[in-house]
Amino acid sequence: MPSLKDLRKRINSVKSTRKITKAMQMVAASKLRRAQEAVEAARPYAERMERVLASLATSQTDKEGAPPLLVGTGKSDTHLLVVATAERGLCGAFNSSIARAARRHVQHLLQEGKKVKILCVGRKGRDALRRDFSSLIIDTIEMRNVKRLAFGNAQPIARRLLDMFEAGEFDVCTLYFNKFKSVISQVVTARQLIPATLPSEGSAGPGLGDAIYEYEPDEADILAELLPRNLAVQIFQGLLENAASEQGARMSAMDNATRNAGDMINSLTLNYNRTRQAFITKELIEIISGAEAL
Amino acid sequence: MADKIAFELVSPDRLLISEAVDMVTIPGGEGDFGVLAGHQPIISTVRPGILEVQNEGAAVRRIFVSGGFAEVTNERCAVMTEEAIPVEDINRADIEQRIKDTDEDLAAAKSDHERATLEVRLATLKDMLQAAT
Repeated sequence: MPSLKDLRKRINSVKSTRKITKAMQMVAASKLRRAQEAVEAARPYAERMERVLASLATSQTDKEGAPPLLVGTGKSDTHLLVVATAERGLCGAFNSSIARAARRHVQHLLQEGKKVKILCVGRKGRDALRRDFSSLIIDTIEMRNVKRLAFGNAQPIARRLLDMFEAGEFDVCTLYFNKFKSVISQVVTARQLIPATLPSEGSAGPGLGDAIYEYEPDEADILAELLPRNLAVQIFQGLLENAASEQGARMSAMDNATRNAGDMINSLTLNYNRTRQAFITKELIEIISGAEAL
Repeated sequence: MADKIAFELVSPDRLLISEAVDMVTIPGGEGDFGVLAGHQPIISTVRPGILEVQNEGAAVRRIFVSGGFAEVTNERCAVMTEEAIPVEDINRADIEQRIKDTDEDLAAAKSDHERATLEVRLATLKDMLQAAT
């Protein structure tokens, strides 16, 4: 049986743990709100870009000499996986679920005899994937010092992908991130970046499907400018969603931890009181029986 | 006064302007063009330059945009750009500092690509400086 002193120590340590998790939860909650606002704010740009892309792409995909960013290289031998995760842990299954999905995909591709390359965004993803596929990871982009995610953070990644694509280092590129659904649910999403996935028909908005645009300069030139930007926007959106998801996951994980700590304190306190009473009873018995023996 | 056109200026970070205006002058890739309500649908590239927003009874607003795209339909005009600053908010000293920084980066750039990216940024900054005068 643990001594009273030990129990008291444990209760205190659990109490301070609870304080920490509670604080983390509140910090995550306020960060979540900001992250969600950022996601919302970035939506109009992406929507409009998608609309322009949709109207351009339908007229261009069938033509010969369509940009490879849109239609692909015609092969799918080498796959590049961009795995976006968090920089920090303590956010439930957030990082491990992305890593799991990516791992499954990699194994699947390897079985088919394809070549796979992995680009990690965020430290945690690299840590998780390094164990199995350390030879496949080409680089890690750290976002440690990024306080507030800006478009400028997504651009270098896009630039890098474009360089690699032009150099023929991969044929298909997929981005892995967590899509923010709600505080308790984040969905691991794989979005194909190259060749570009086109927005499904009918999503172009009302009254736009039939609008016949003039193009200035011509369609191909606009498309050539638009696609690289679209790539950056897609990455930016993925990162924003990821940031919101991370905070959401951390918030619910810390909420759970706080509650568990509370339960633990209760049961430890009960135990402590019981032990204390047993101790008192024992002392009393000793005194009484000592007195009787006289 | 004729009908107004729903004008939107968006950057990747947020929606900057969304309101009904009389006329917008866009620095298109092939020359400036003005957009009024009922304009022919057009999709155009936008070069770095000054975008002008005119509204009846209000001063013309001049906004520097760093390039992007414009999508115009009969009743709508959306301009997508990476950076947009109202001309009166451009801080000359700040831009000059940024030009200096970029110049230094350019001198230190290693790959061709890096250099190309920086040159584009430099040109944009110089355009911005010119716009401020």
